[in-house]
Order: sequence, then structure tokens, then C-alpha cells
Amino acid sequence: MKLEMRDSPGQLVAALKPISDVGGNIIAVIHQREPERDHDTLSVQIVLELPEGKRDKLIKLLKEQGVHVQRIGEKRLLFKRTVILIGHLMHTDLSDTVDRIDSTGFAEVSDLAMSMPAVNDRSSSRITIRAVSKKDMASAMTILRQVARQKSLLLVEPLEDTA
Amino acid sequence: MKIALLGLGSVGRGVAEMVDKKDLGITITAVADSKSGYMDPAGVDIPSLLARKKKTGHCGDTGITVADIIKKATYDALVEVSPTNALTGEPSTEYIRAALGRKKHVVTSNKGPVSLAGKDLRALARKKGVAFRYEATVAGAIPVMHLLEHGLSGNEILSISGVLNGTCNYILTRMADEGLTYDQALLEAREMGYAEADPTYDVQGIDAAIKLVILTNAIWDTGKKLADVERTGIDLLTADALRLAEEDGCTIRLIAESCPKTHVLRVSPRILSKNHPLVVEGTLNALTLTTDMAKEITLIGRGAGSVETASAIIGDLLYIRDQYARRA
Repeated sequence: MKLEMRDSPGQLVAALKPISDVGGNIIAVIHQREPERDHDTLSVQIVLELPEGKRDKLIKLLKEQGVHVQRIGEKRLLFKRTVILIGHLMHTDLSDTVDRIDSTGFAEVSDLAMSMPAVNDRSSSRITIRAVSKKDMASAMTILRQVARQKSLLLVEPLEDTA
Repeated sequence: MKIALLGLGSVGRGVAEMVDKKDLGITITAVADSKSGYMDPAGVDIPSLLARKKKTGHCGDTGITVADIIKKATYDALVEVSPTNALTGEPSTEYIRAALGRKKHVVTSNKGPVSLAGKDLRALARKKGVAFRYEATVAGAIPVMHLLEHGLSGNEILSISGVLNGTCNYILTRMADEGLTYDQALLEAREMGYAEADPTYDVQGIDAAIKLVILTNAIWDTGKKLADVERTGIDLLTADALRLAEEDGCTIRLIAESCPKTHVLRVSPRILSKNHPLVVEGTLNALTLTTDMAKEITLIGRGAGSVETASAIIGDLLYIRDQYARRA
């Protein structure tokens, strides 16, 4: 998110407060003075996580603070699900398995832990998938179930969703 | 209340012992095992019955059959706990039908008749004006049927999920706690007497699926069958998988789930946070009911055992006695 605000004391704090008010989580604040710009305004980039559906409320709150939102780049991968895959993971091309999720564009494998037993034994892996929305996560899981069936892998899913 | 006891295995013995030991107002007037039968309208002497069974393997006279008991004995309720094939339901279904036909109440711990012919048997009981109860078929001592019928009456049950097979839960607990392989944990379960020589019925989730069918039909009356259950067992799980779950603050349990709204009827190994209420240790069973008013209710208890199962049977018997005495 790229913000533009008046360069006066307290303005940055005023811009950050609405983020926590809507339950957002600030990951990074990048603040660069651009010499060619006039010195009345300040441009700030903020990387943050927002709960779903809070975007418009945040923009409204920022406007009330006199902060102008220049740009919002969205990459929302807020839904997380950790599964375990068991079987001949290497023989069935693990990187293809991961790629089937990553190539969707709406979900990705963000973490992978794996055991490496004897060559012919079945191996086990723990895979964390992140997706943009609940619906996308459901689609990603459908793909993963298909892949598991095709490759005769046992897919162990969580009983409950974690957001 | 006079009862005829069919079957003198672990469950039958538990019932007889508790009837003898506790002042329940229950009298056993007839008893049969697979080879013999015994009747005494004044009440069978339980200690000598159990001693005879232990010594000779027979409970009575080899000239008296189960059919004789059902047709001729004097009793108010038949307690049907004979060894029965859970996949065919026989011979138990036939016995239950005969007793209901005689306008006798029936209480059973046998899953086969309830999962296969539950609807018919319930209808027959209604027609004859008697009770057919089967609390002991699901989750052993946990009084889930009573809770559904009475404590939660007026609630709409939205979904159920639970640990319904103690053998699988024991194996998974040991794999997680001790890092045992599946084969090692299974061997240990056998040595402890928790697993059969042929563990297929337990470890492939068939037992849990049958119990899930019984619960589902009891709650929603949807006529589900074992074949309708999407089923994955625990026999392909690895010690590494349990360890990977553990590293994430989780563990794996065999979970049975039913939710008509989302069309879920499934038994499968699932990842659960270690502090999830369904993560119980050893051979315990656990069951969460989700309802519109009460929201979630979780029950934890022993899923098997001689006296534990007798608890469920006696609960059914005393319920019948109170209910029908009040009506009379």
C-alpha cells in the first residue's frame, strides 16, 4: 500500500493507527524522501496483512485522517492450511505436486517439511498451503486431493480450518 | 424387570455381574449362549450361572436353544449381546425380530442389526408398542443416545464428529507418544488385547464407519449404509507423519464425521491441534455434537469393556422400565 500524507509531526502515526483499528497487522513500513517531490508531502509504503473485507473501511479511515492512498497492491494469502502427504513422494515427482498448487496463481505452498526414510519406504511430508480466500483454499484442496489420488498418496487433512 | 440374556461373552458377563452385584430391580429369568440355554422364571442364580459357564463353557442345558428362550421364556426385555457378525448382522437380527414380534422390549450392543436393519426394527418395535434400544452400540459407556433424545431434545443437531474406535486411537497415541511404527503399535495393541488377530475391521475404519452410520440414522433418519461412508483407515500412516504433525503442535486421530448439510459422511485420519477436545489418549472414545442451541458438546469416555458396555445396556433397561411403568 502506498500512502501520501502531509509531512508534519504525528502524521505517520495517524496513518498507522487505522490499520490496527481494523485489525490489520503491519509487516513493514518503507519511508523514503524523494528529492524531486515538494516537501509538503511524504510518501510511505506499508506492507500489511488485513482481515478480509476490511479494505474499504481502512481507506475510509485513512481519508478521514487526511491521508491519500496512492496505490494498493494486493497479494492476499491469508488462509493457511497444513496437510500431511504420505507415500512415494519422490518417485511421484514432489516438485510437480507442489507446482500443481503454485501454478494456480491463487494458492501457494509456503512451507514443506519432509522425512527421508530408506529408498523404497514411503516418505512423509508436511505441506503448508496459503491461499487468498476461503474459496481459493477449497479449490487448492480439491486439486491436491486429485493429485493425491492420481499418485496414490495418502492425504491427511486438518479437521478444522486455521485462518 | 425380567430380562432374557442372549450371549454370555464379555458384555453378557458384565451385565450378569452388575445385575447380581447392584440392587437394580432387574432379574435374569433366562440366559442362552451359542451352545445351551437355561430358564428359571423365579430368577437365575447368577454366581452359579457364571461358575458353570466358566467351568463347562456352557451356561445351561444343551437341549435348550436360543429360539426356545426367545419364544418360551418369561421376560420383559431381551438383552441381545450374542456374538454377531457386524457386517451381516446375523444371527442377532433374527433374534431381535422374533422378540419384538412377541411384544418384548429389546436392548442390544450388536452393531450389525442396528446399522443394517435399524429402520425396520425400529418400525417393528413401534408397531408392537415396545422399545428397541442400542445405546451400547456406539461409543461404549458414553450415553450419547440418551443425550440426543433427552438432554438435547428440542435442539437441531447440525453435525457430529468423533473418535469412535479405541483400537485405532490406542495405536495412534502410541505412535505419537513413543515414535513407534504402525506395525509396532499394532503388535502392542494386540498384546494388550485391544486389537483382534485380524485388525482390518478396526484399522481400516470399518468399525468406526458402522458406528457413524448408526448415529447418523438415529439422528437424521437418512437411511445411510456402510457403503455410503467415505472411508480411509490408519494402516498407511507413518511414524514420520505423526512426528511432522507433532512439530506443528498437532497430532493425528481417526475421526468420524457426519454433517447432512455439507453431505459429509466420512471416516479418515485427520490432523488436530493437540489441545483439541477430540484428542483423547489410549482407547478412549470422544464425540462432539454441534447443535443450534447448545452449540458444541463433547463427551469423552470408555468405548469398550465388559462393565463399561454393561453400563450402557443397564441404562437402556432402566429407562425402558421407567418409561413403560409410567405409561401402564
